Amino acid sequence: MSSEKPKVSPEFETSGMNLQETELTLGLPGESRTQKSGTKRGFSETVDLCPGSTSAGKEEQSENEISGTTKPPTAKEQKVGWPPVRAFRKNLMKNCKYVKVAVDGAPYLRKVDLEMYCSYQQLLGALEEMFTCFTIRDVLNERRLMDPLNGVEYVPTYEDKDGDWMLVGDVPWKMFVESCKRLRLMKYSEAIGFAPRTPPKCSSSGC
Amino acid sequence: MDSISKKTKDSPNSTDSPESTHPSSFPDEVLEGVLSLLSFNKDRSSVSLVCKDWYNAERWTRTKVFIGNCYSVSPEIVARRFPKIRSIILKGKPRFSDFNLVPENWGADIQSWLVVFARVYPFLEELRLKRMTVSDESLEFLAASFPGFKALSLSSCDGFSTDGLKAIATHCKNLIELDIQDNGMDDFGGGWLSCFPENFASLEVLNFASLNSEVNFDALERLVTRCKSLKVLRVNKGITLEQLQRLLMRAPQLMELGTGSFQQDLTPRQCAELESAFSNCKNLHTVSGLWEANSLNLPILYPACASLVFLNLIDATLQSGELAKLLAHCPNLRRLWVQDTVEDKGLEAVGSCCPLLEELRVFPADPFDPDILHGVTESGFVAVSRGCRRLRYVLYFCRQMTNAAVATIVQNCPDFTHFRLCIINPGQPDHLTNEPMDEAFGAVVKTCTKLQRLSVSGLLTDLTFEYIGKYAKNLETLSVAFAGSSDRGMQCVLGGCSKLRKLEIRDCPFGNAALLSGLEKYESMRSLWMSACNVTMNGCRLLAREMPWLNVEVMKDEESDDSHADKVYVYRSVAGPRRDAPPFVMTL
Repeated sequence: MSSEKPKVSPEFETSGMNLQETELTLGLPGESRTQKSGTKRGFSETVDLCPGSTSAGKEEQSENEISGTTKPPTAKEQKVGWPPVRAFRKNLMKNCKYVKVAVDGAPYLRKVDLEMYCSYQQLLGALEEMFTCFTIRDVLNERRLMDPLNGVEYVPTYEDKDGDWMLVGDVPWKMFVESCKRLRLMKYSEAIGFAPRTPPKCSSSGC
Repeated sequence: MDSISKKTKDSPNSTDSPESTHPSSFPDEVLEGVLSLLSFNKDRSSVSLVCKDWYNAERWTRTKVFIGNCYSVSPEIVARRFPKIRSIILKGKPRFSDFNLVPENWGADIQSWLVVFARVYPFLEELRLKRMTVSDESLEFLAASFPGFKALSLSSCDGFSTDGLKAIATHCKNLIELDIQDNGMDDFGGGWLSCFPENFASLEVLNFASLNSEVNFDALERLVTRCKSLKVLRVNKGITLEQLQRLLMRAPQLMELGTGSFQQDLTPRQCAELESAFSNCKNLHTVSGLWEANSLNLPILYPACASLVFLNLIDATLQSGELAKLLAHCPNLRRLWVQDTVEDKGLEAVGSCCPLLEELRVFPADPFDPDILHGVTESGFVAVSRGCRRLRYVLYFCRQMTNAAVATIVQNCPDFTHFRLCIINPGQPDHLTNEPMDEAFGAVVKTCTKLQRLSVSGLLTDLTFEYIGKYAKNLETLSVAFAGSSDRGMQCVLGGCSKLRKLEIRDCPFGNAALLSGLEKYESMRSLWMSACNVTMNGCRLLAREMPWLNVEVMKDEESDDSHADKVYVYRSVAGPRRDAPPFVMTL
């Protein structure tokens, strides 16, 4: 990923602060950039969830905590023919567009099939059901999810084909499905750099 | 005895004189008349062993033959013994071929069988094949050779395409059943369905759910309209809900339905029409398909749910809430197949809504993705066992399990006949205690005395197999992977499980001593599969030498050393070594 100009428009309500300094830029783990102090959960550690990166060990660790195994944190090798599920079934998945969904603070991933939905509202509804601790809040035309237990708000973001992280809702639905590679529900406090924009003109006719 | 003389048929021991050597013998016609009423082949086998007369009477009256391993016998031998066969079930490759453990072009080709059948059984009506290689040419040959052909079922087969189906549809004028299950076939388009002639009306079973290409809906609708006896219809996902409604109106007599796509947004009127269509189907007891089911659409099934006995949701990808709402309407369910997207909460709903459940299969939605951790756990299984005391068949894929949970489960449900537990991560221990899962399977075999089939998984030592050998006296099929500590494990099973017929093992530390401990046992079994174990070529050669009625076949992996026998397949046969073995299959 090259260092990029932010995809967000620079005009936003700043409430007087110069948020340029805190603007999130995206880069590979280890690339130097300003981080907000106090958010010890480094952005780089959570956004880049490809195996082989530094976050891989972190995932394995979480998994070990859940499963109670004592396996060393190496990447899992794929065994031929295991688990014993018929290969034919996989062929039926061709018309699906499965993307992984990561949630800041949750130790596991989920997957959604974007082809199953026709609009952002449906997608967010599904995410809400999946991570049942959330409720959808529509704030300033930004769609956000809120965890009522701790009041933390989450902003759905996605990584597009170019590797850039965008706010969910920017582009027409079909374009989004086409370009979305994975989703991340980012804590609002970390997503301040993503500007609220003019209300997205996504059509409600969806499908 | 009266003076009716006995007809003799190829029976050197029978005489023409009324005073035969058998004091209680019947005329052949009577014996045959009685024996022709026998339908179970196990009974027929017993009958055929009584004496020569009974053997002959049985073979002349048998119309159905089941061949569990196509290489255990040859078509010529079958033809010689049974002159009047109308229905054949044939199974070919070892089961692990479903999971890509058997290379392509291994064999089990139907063609050589068809050639003999065409000569000997011109009145053949039914052919049901599993894990066989079937070419389009074979399907064309079939369609041309048997004018009375009625039923074709293909499951896990490979080598054919929709072109072969065209031949069947075009030429089999008396076809009653066309059942195409999951196969490794080529799909060149849906035109085959349009090949059924316009006056063809005899179909009772049509299953093309596994084919992806769209068929011509008008042709399908006309076909369904004409076939008044249609009982089973499983369409593919190209069929929309609107189209489904029209099909259901044409075929309210359906007993089993596989829907197409269940995804589209429906208007209230369309919903009402579909509900009405489902409520018209008074005989519907099985539903499958429901591709990409939109939960808003599931209520259209409700009118049919009360009489549902089998619900197959593996293509529906439901979440827990959606499943719970649906099952609330299905109190009479006996069989349920779901994906693990329903999670433990969904399984709790199973336990509370379906007290008559006998069979549950939970498949992993994402079996190959190591990042995915959700799914079902031991608590879902326990919840089902609490509510569904009549469970006898379970296939359960999960990412964690405990010994205590399994013990509870079999306490609740002691009548298991089929217990197939797959803990997805190989060699994984009890996730609470970190101990091996030996006690879990010990509980299963001790409690479930009727157990016929068992698949084990997780971290297992030889103790598991000691338990199995000691307690699983009715066990017929055992599947083992990544388990055991030494030869002793396999020896216990071979020594203890008197009814064992099929044993399939992969990635276990069992070697020659284990293999050879079953020397005499393999003749009473259908087959043994061992791959990625510690068996050597010499061990296999010894087995082959000692047991002439066994075929001992070895396939070697590419980078293995000369002495290691990577994949071993042993089976009894009266046909001798294979004559069609490809170069990579060594018969010892």
